[in-house]
Amino acid sequence: MTNEALQNLIGPWFPNPDDDKVSDVVETIESEEDSDLSSNKSEDIAKPSEIVNPSLLEFSEEESQFLNILVQPEQLHALMTQLKSNQETNFDYLYCLSGVDWGAELGIVYHLESTTHRHRIVVKVKTADRENPTFDTVSNIWKTADFHEREVFDFFGVKFNNHPNLKYLFLTEDWEGYPLRKDYVDEINMVIK
Amino acid sequence: MDTTRVNSNFKSEEYFINMGPQHPATHGVLRLLLTIDGEIIKKVEPDLGYIHRSIEKMCERDSYQQIVHLTDRMDYLSSHINNEAVCLTVENALELEVPERVKVIRTIIGELTRIASHCLWWGVMGMDVGALTTYFYGFRDREMVNDIFEETCGARLTMNYNIPGGLMYDIHPNFIQRTKDFVAHFKTKIPEYDKLLTGNVIFQKRMKGVGILSKEDAISFGASGPVGRGSGYSCDVRKHHPYSALDKVTFNESLKTAGDSLARYEVRIMEMWESLSIIEQLIDNIPEGDYKVATKAVIKLPKGEYYQKVEAARGELGVYVISTGTKNPYRLKFRSPGFSNISLLNHIAVGGKIGDLVASMATLDIVVPDIDR
Amino acid sequence: MNISLGITKTIHDWLFSVMPEGLASITEMVLIAAVYLGVFAVFGLYLVLLERKVAAWFQLRMGPNRVGFKGLLQTLADALKLVSKELTGTEKADKFLYNLAPYFVIISALMALAVFPFTQEFQAFDINIGIFFLIAISSIGVIGILLGGWSSNNKFALIGAMRSGVQTISYELSVGLSLLTMVLITGSLQLSEIVEVQKNGWLIVQGHIPAVIAFMIFMIAGTAETNRAPFDMVEAESELGAGFHTEYSGMKFAYFFLAEFINMFIISAIATTMFFGGWLSPFGITESLPWLGVFWFLGKTLVIVILMMWFRWTFPRLRIDQLLTLEWKYLLPINLVNIVVMAFIVWQNLIIQL
Repeated sequence: MTNEALQNLIGPWFPNPDDDKVSDVVETIESEEDSDLSSNKSEDIAKPSEIVNPSLLEFSEEESQFLNILVQPEQLHALMTQLKSNQETNFDYLYCLSGVDWGAELGIVYHLESTTHRHRIVVKVKTADRENPTFDTVSNIWKTADFHEREVFDFFGVKFNNHPNLKYLFLTEDWEGYPLRKDYVDEINMVIK
Repeated sequence: MDTTRVNSNFKSEEYFINMGPQHPATHGVLRLLLTIDGEIIKKVEPDLGYIHRSIEKMCERDSYQQIVHLTDRMDYLSSHINNEAVCLTVENALELEVPERVKVIRTIIGELTRIASHCLWWGVMGMDVGALTTYFYGFRDREMVNDIFEETCGARLTMNYNIPGGLMYDIHPNFIQRTKDFVAHFKTKIPEYDKLLTGNVIFQKRMKGVGILSKEDAISFGASGPVGRGSGYSCDVRKHHPYSALDKVTFNESLKTAGDSLARYEVRIMEMWESLSIIEQLIDNIPEGDYKVATKAVIKLPKGEYYQKVEAARGELGVYVISTGTKNPYRLKFRSPGFSNISLLNHIAVGGKIGDLVASMATLDIVVPDIDR
Repeated sequence: MNISLGITKTIHDWLFSVMPEGLASITEMVLIAAVYLGVFAVFGLYLVLLERKVAAWFQLRMGPNRVGFKGLLQTLADALKLVSKELTGTEKADKFLYNLAPYFVIISALMALAVFPFTQEFQAFDINIGIFFLIAISSIGVIGILLGGWSSNNKFALIGAMRSGVQTISYELSVGLSLLTMVLITGSLQLSEIVEVQKNGWLIVQGHIPAVIAFMIFMIAGTAETNRAPFDMVEAESELGAGFHTEYSGMKFAYFFLAEFINMFIISAIATTMFFGGWLSPFGITESLPWLGVFWFLGKTLVIVILMMWFRWTFPRLRIDQLLTLEWKYLLPINLVNIVVMAFIVWQNLIIQL
């Protein structure tokens, strides 16, 4: 499937409640929207809203070879479940899960591929909370995420809700700090550039 | 499976055992926390990080030329392919068209690397199931490949032959002849491997039906390389996303559907044949031309995100680069095949005996520096 | 021309002439024990060297070739190193049993050597239940292994020891029954008499088909008894590190190591005596020179030793459940049927006698 077709397919799954025009295309997917409405609204208002995005997801193809979806943490799990289970998308192969420190925000980048349709997509999720960043786990959708999320937990300190075994994988139990964060300081081992 | 609880008054106790970090079967410093009931494995929990060097953090400090050298130290048995992954990422980002000659040479050496890696794996695989002699047979043939590398690349293991934009040097004049000699030699040796190990009744009994991984689980666990293909999951990056000269050659993707240890073993043996065929198709047709294109001394990738995957000897190696336009990557992530493959060890080992764990772990072909990047 | 016997007889007579009878026989026993200990310790070391050379042969390498002429002193040097090494052990080991275990293993191995007839009348201890004695003694060794594994306070060692117990108890049956099959022909348990019977043809020829089957079963079970590949579950290097002797070092480890090789020699020597005519020369070609029997005996034994080494360096290891399946579901039933067949053959006098 082309990126455009993917965007047209995935976009309406999470309609933007601020946008009246698309409300008739609503598909009933997951029941969690109602609980999250309030928090989303406050974030959406903060953005410049000349053009109202018809979807809660932000699509972009800029500076990347794949279609990028930026999703709010609240919708992450629902979106991922849909991406995997929907027959037309069928993203059954999570081939890369990376934690990224964008400076102000911490986030996860999911690279997905479908082994049947052979299309690829990138899902990003970000949070500004650097003290206690938390996302939903996707390890119940893709089993490989179990270890990859633990790796992210080690190096970025990102916690994952409902993760079956969230403890340090690489680091020792008493390790302080999160080594791959940009603000990590280690006076002994770091080689200053 | 629970045959130990014959009598309810007769309690069997589970106990922990530390396999590794120093253990002959873990091929390096991998530590497995086993929960065992007698001989039966109840749970396997890998504890990683004993040789973690934080290559990803070091990459954020280094220039792109320097990063290539770090990748050697991940999966040191397919160092050339690792180098290639970074070089391809940089070249794609710069939209740099490398000469055909470079592509062909990269592919030939990549396939030689794969053969050398599988030779070593085969030797160690035999050793893990108790046939110590295989080790020396595997190493004999690997040595020939290493000699070829030494002549052309200047090193035997961490070759660093690739640079962004091409190759470090042109190939050695003997390269073509020696590669042909090796191909002819190795064609007589794979049947010897089969004779010594594959056909052995004990070996077959040890491997068949052990460590079964279904296709759905293989995909879900992100298994790649021979581990995925042993489960009938078509995951060869060389087929689906061809790079370098791999779109010019014809080869079959080695697939087995059984999903057990024997299937993974057979896939690797088949892959050696396929690699030989790829080398044969290319070795006589190395185009003339430059062995590199000039790049700037300081490579700066345009702002953006780049992902490149290649088929390393153990499976899919991905390089994910986020660049902000400076000479260092902002974030560089290696998606290593070993890390995903080790995560399914618990899944395939539970319910088996200690011997089964060792056998199935050997067919996962674990290289610890690849897991602990 | 009875050189060897001449010497022992002279010493025997001299001993009994200079001291009272009781003291003389004790002195004689001690002397023989010391000689056996010395000879077989060195012999065991050379078996290790042989194994390393054979392994090198199979593995496209040279093997030890630096120490002494063509590496002949290599294992002596190794032994010297092991003697001088520090003895380490775990803190919470059961010290008494831990120290006792290696002696159990090495003594039971050396004791078994006493009953072998190396040539005519060259035998330290000719009892009328020789075979029974051998089977009994060779199964005592496993107690040492169990003790070693148990007292080391190491889980790997414990698993190895438990495997060893299971394995030796199982394969003991096959060793015993396959030898029993041959005893049906000889009608005697005394080793010197068993060799005597074979003057009419080696037992493997006399007993033809059932004897060959018995020999094959004996070789499989014997390899398992000595805990060697493909039955080296006890050590299982890639699974258990070093198995029951994980925590042993220095000389204590050397005892285990030496015992393994002496046990291998014993199994081969039993096979030689029971199936291949002991010290008898083929077709009696050197019958007039009985002292040459030593060379025939050692020659035949070494051929079987090399056969066992061949097993080790070509086969992968079995899994523990496959090991037990092999014994209880295949070897044991075949063995029992084989005894009946052999009994029938002996009864109907279908034995081939040259």
